[in-house]
Amino acid sequence: MLLEIDDITKSYPGPDGPVPVLRGVTLALGLGESLALTGESGSGKSTLLHLVAGLDGADSGRILLDGADVTALDDRGRAALRRTKVGIVFQQFNLIPSLDIAANIAFQARLGGAPDAERTAGLTKALGLEPHLRKYPEQLSGGQQQRVAIARTLAASPRLILADEPTGNLDEKTSDEVMDQFLALVAETGAALLMVTHSPRLAAKLGRHAHLSQGRLA
Amino acid sequence: MTAATLGALASHWMRNRVQFLTLVVGLALATALWSGVQAINAEARASYDAAAAALGEGRLDQLVPANGETMPQERFIALRRAGWLVSPVVEGRLRAGTSTLRLVGIEPLTVPVGAAASAALANTDLAGFLEADTLMAGPEAADVLRGALPNPVIVDASIASGTVIADIGVAQELLDRGGRISRLVVSPVQPLRQRPLAEVAPDVVLQRADGASDVGRLTDSFHLNLTAFGFLSFAVGIFIVHGAIGLAFEQRRGMVRTLRALGIPLDRLIVLMILELVVLALLAGGIGILLGYLVAAVLLPDVAATIRGLYGADVAGTLQIRPVWWLSGLAMAVGGALVAAASALWRLSRMPILASAGGRAWAVASGRGRSIQAAAALFLLAAAGGLAVMGAGLVAGFAILACLFLGGALALPLCLAVILKTGQDRSSGVLPQWFWADSRQQLPGLSLALMALLLAMAANVGVSTMVSSFRLTFTGFLDQRLSAELYVDAAGVDDRAALERFLDTRADEIQPILSVETELAGLPAELYGARIGRTYRENWRFLAAEADVWDRVADGEAVIVNEQLSRRAGLGLGDRLAAAPGLALPIAGIVGDYGNPIGQAIVSETLFRQAYPAVSAARFGLRTDNPEALRRALVDEFGLPSSSIIDQAAIKRFSLSVFERTFSVTEALNVLTLAVAAFSILMSLLTLAAMRLPQLAPVWAMGVTQRRLAGLEVLRTVLLALLTAVLAIPLGLLLAWVLLAVVNVEAFGWRLPMFLFPLEYGRLILLTLAAALLAASWPAWRLSRMAPASLLKVFAHER
Repeated sequence: MLLEIDDITKSYPGPDGPVPVLRGVTLALGLGESLALTGESGSGKSTLLHLVAGLDGADSGRILLDGADVTALDDRGRAALRRTKVGIVFQQFNLIPSLDIAANIAFQARLGGAPDAERTAGLTKALGLEPHLRKYPEQLSGGQQQRVAIARTLAASPRLILADEPTGNLDEKTSDEVMDQFLALVAETGAALLMVTHSPRLAAKLGRHAHLSQGRLA
Repeated sequence: MTAATLGALASHWMRNRVQFLTLVVGLALATALWSGVQAINAEARASYDAAAAALGEGRLDQLVPANGETMPQERFIALRRAGWLVSPVVEGRLRAGTSTLRLVGIEPLTVPVGAAASAALANTDLAGFLEADTLMAGPEAADVLRGALPNPVIVDASIASGTVIADIGVAQELLDRGGRISRLVVSPVQPLRQRPLAEVAPDVVLQRADGASDVGRLTDSFHLNLTAFGFLSFAVGIFIVHGAIGLAFEQRRGMVRTLRALGIPLDRLIVLMILELVVLALLAGGIGILLGYLVAAVLLPDVAATIRGLYGADVAGTLQIRPVWWLSGLAMAVGGALVAAASALWRLSRMPILASAGGRAWAVASGRGRSIQAAAALFLLAAAGGLAVMGAGLVAGFAILACLFLGGALALPLCLAVILKTGQDRSSGVLPQWFWADSRQQLPGLSLALMALLLAMAANVGVSTMVSSFRLTFTGFLDQRLSAELYVDAAGVDDRAALERFLDTRADEIQPILSVETELAGLPAELYGARIGRTYRENWRFLAAEADVWDRVADGEAVIVNEQLSRRAGLGLGDRLAAAPGLALPIAGIVGDYGNPIGQAIVSETLFRQAYPAVSAARFGLRTDNPEALRRALVDEFGLPSSSIIDQAAIKRFSLSVFERTFSVTEALNVLTLAVAAFSILMSLLTLAAMRLPQLAPVWAMGVTQRRLAGLEVLRTVLLALLTAVLAIPLGLLLAWVLLAVVNVEAFGWRLPMFLFPLEYGRLILLTLAAALLAASWPAWRLSRMAPASLLKVFAHER
């Protein structure tokens, strides 16, 4: 298995003591698999994604990614993991506003030390971004910006792709277009995909489906 | 509705306390430096006025000796008998313990109404004042007198600082000037029939009142310089305020949109925002005035010493709270805040109700205004060039400085953007490329703080270049002028001819110093008679001279003038100058004369004695191989008091100490301005730190550690500070040139050569980098220690 999540718990401090967000979540994901994670607001979907990405630390439990225990890594180790093995697609794109589109797309791959010009060019073409390469993020529409974010993630050839409501900011039509392109490209890479979404329609497009409720897998 | 709206607006400051602090502290610092300088100026001017009023100087005509410093008391009696309503005055320096005070002796029965002395006398028991050798003085001088002299002292707060008033008989005794008076004050009411002055007292000249005290006029330039510095500090502070207000307005766009959507009219909203700003400005202004009072209280003793050293005017060493400066401080605070907010208010007034609430417009607006900014910078820099070529006068000098400052500041972000773009284009690594691009992105947010830094640094470079050039020139000038080994004060010597005969055989060369105060080319000036010997020929350096200048002056065929007289009267080499009645000579040389506010001309001793036979040398410069032996001989054999003999080293020491104190105020203001700029950077970084998270979080999420990001943040600030500092050097040197070649010439009448001091500039750059490092360290440290949850909030906010 590429990803093994074992009995993970996480709580955040609240005014009346710790508020549990994840209460012992266990799941696994293999290369080439895709899993949609759904659940109501506050169910812990994004928190789980953050723990897998090493953006935050768990209270207990274990997360193994490609054999490495993410929960045991220090800050430097988790940063290295994100540079090389994990790609994240955010809801609000989080492009670098000061870089042009070409630089944004190549950014993470270069950061991980594995830039692949041919692959980047292929993704750019596949996502219809070629006319926009010299533009800056603020000059693009929301759909175009999310395509740039997808291209940035896929250009780095991560083994695990984490997507947090990747089309949550887009209208339904654009959302479907972007999602179809995204899933097709992910499938081409053979990477595993863990995607948080509110939409049952989008969740249905993925291979597996898990539902989180009050910090537990239903 | 108003209360609710004000509450909503104020809530922004509650949630953005660093921004609130930036605004209030920025405005308070700006007001502090401005009102501090104004307090010093107000105190000094009040002292001049009080000193001038003591004798009706500036308000009443006076009769002064045509030659020398005093006249016989008989002139007073002769003039009174001839129908002139005049009152005698004797004036001199009175030693009291370790202090020296200005003693003014008056004749209480004839002193004209209108002089401050008459007002002081009105409150005094006249019989007591006349009989008991009583002295009258202000509180400070009275304390000094009580410990040093047995005379009874009456304290009167209306008497100028450092001044003592006494009956003329008492003053003559204390000053050892029996039977001599310094001048006669002319009553404004005179009988219709009077014998002409030339008939009664031909050795006395009438000096017309001109409404202003001489010392006030002389020191105007000094105070103008201080005011300019105060204004510069204020401008630096206003840059901070502008940044804080601009950011606050942009961050409140969402709130403004909501308030308007809820039915608050735009004009009401703008009025309330102005009201909010005025309240904040009054609060910050009040704090600033308190700080300004402290600044002024600390600096005033140095300013008083400077003015005493430069112009011989006394300024009280303690500060009074005068409405003129605290009101001007409050007005500047409110005015400055409104000016700083003007563009933000204007943008707000034009904002459509459904405009984006995003704060992104803050940076974008800067981008939109870039071309306007470039045009304004070019226009101001061109205006500075045009004024330098075509302008004249002190106001033009300060206008050049203002254009250079503003033009340079406006051009800075554009220059930095070009440099950062070049860096981005030339870098190959992904992080370096991001670093350069991100630095460009940060530029709009940091540019106001960097502009403030540029102004502070340029002022520092400019002023330190001027002061150091002045110091170098002044030291060389002292070496030229103070070439005699000993100087003898002959004021107390009755038979000066005997003194000269005594010295003839003992000194290698005697330089009698003969001078009269007169008018040359219609300007107040001094005429000197010089015995041209090897000392003059070997030591004096000319700014411009004909080949045989000393020979021609020695032969009585030419005159030498100082630079001040040459510039003010528009006289050059070969022009004729009427040095004395019936004595017009061509100018053969022009000399630099630093530290002296008025014009001078030098003729040969022979010509001088012919023109002014009554004037004898009050001092002598003596050249000798053995100064100690000559000093002993003068004391032991001639009986001269040792206090009348001053050696060259002592005079140089004194002159240099006056010089150093003169510029200590300027340097203190320099340091304060730089400190304000450093504070501005710190506050900008702290303000930006919160806005930076959405930009840094994705890079962190992609695998760059917080520590590395923090390091890059520090590096960016230091790099921007370094670039700004490097750009400030040429701007500062331009400022130094304007100060030396335009402002000094107009203010003091002399032009100094400009020297460069690379080590000093290097030290300043290092200091700036250290300040930037310090300013960047805290936000960077916070970033490196930030809990991941805070960074994750960036992503959490998306839902």
